[in-house]
Amino acid sequence: MRKAAAVLGVIVAALLVQQNALAGPEEDRLAFVAYFESRFPEIPFAQFANGIYAIDSDARKQWLEIEEFPPYEFAVERGNELWHKALPDGQMLADCFAAELPDIRGQFPRFDVASGEVITLEVAINDCRIEHNQPSLAYDSSEMIDLTAYLAFEARGTKVDIRVPEDQAGALAAYESGKRFYYSKRGQLNFACADCHVASAGQWVRADRLSASIGHTTHFPVYRSKLGGMISLQKRFAGCIRDVRAKPFELQSTQYRNLEYFLSYMSNGLEWNGPGARK
Amino acid sequence: MASNIKIKTKISGDLVEIKSLMIHPMETGSRKDPETGALVPQHHITQLTFTHNDQVALVANLSTAISKNPYFSYKFRGAKAGDVLKVSWVDSKGGTDELETVLK
Repeated sequence: MRKAAAVLGVIVAALLVQQNALAGPEEDRLAFVAYFESRFPEIPFAQFANGIYAIDSDARKQWLEIEEFPPYEFAVERGNELWHKALPDGQMLADCFAAELPDIRGQFPRFDVASGEVITLEVAINDCRIEHNQPSLAYDSSEMIDLTAYLAFEARGTKVDIRVPEDQAGALAAYESGKRFYYSKRGQLNFACADCHVASAGQWVRADRLSASIGHTTHFPVYRSKLGGMISLQKRFAGCIRDVRAKPFELQSTQYRNLEYFLSYMSNGLEWNGPGARK
Repeated sequence: MASNIKIKTKISGDLVEIKSLMIHPMETGSRKDPETGALVPQHHITQLTFTHNDQVALVANLSTAISKNPYFSYKFRGAKAGDVLKVSWVDSKGGTDELETVLK
């Protein structure tokens, strides 16, 4: 069964990496979903947003207990205060975002034609601050995390709907770059993201059970019990990359933004359910 | 200003469950700063007190085994809606915090 799953994983990976003019993001996503649904047939699609807690029932019980009194509530409250605090020029952060509060988080990541780059929520928050002559927030600062935690919480229930518009030159290239990163081996341990989170999803690595990549991006930032604090999605990328003994890239580097773009697209159709609590 | 303690209560029959989550670094004093290599000074909650209508319901003497941002819950009988519940702590540096809530 494991061998068949590994072979299936390799076939899907090969299909996705194939430089095929006919295969676009939507075909990739459908193959991705089909693979995980065949690996975990008893899990309803929507539950993939809960990561390993959809797969491991013992871990799920512990997680549900934590969720009775979520440790990320403090960050959400602080984020609420920060979001509603006027900037020194009297404007609000909300004024930079042309959407109602529940829809702000879901606008990102998106491809920005003007800059030719992927914009994430964190970058957009800093762009807003710079526009109002405020210094940028460090991407792993508690203020940035608190703000994204609040916006994630307000977005709960909305559906992930990332776009890779055909008419925006560069969007597809950014998506493909993220996809290539995801499937490329790296580090002393010579692992690709896909090796653990596609081929070996549900299997054990030391004392942890590997989550499936589908749903990876729906629930960040997360409160990690291990850290006693919150971390962002890209901080988690850096952690994983360090774990395979490769040198991590900078937070909000082009590589991580493109990776976030690809991974977020793969989770289209799931609900935004952040912030999350993880071990 | 957001508080550093949260309380949630659940009544089932005459049993009340009080859950609390509090922010505190809970430094044991044995941890080393990853950058300087110096020991991070001890700083943790030493005593946690829950009162029910001004009567002490529970006192917990905490030490270095409790980790950062502790969660604490307990149950007892004999509480009813309208009762005042308070959680307070004192830490090893003499710091204190408390939160009061009315049972619904």
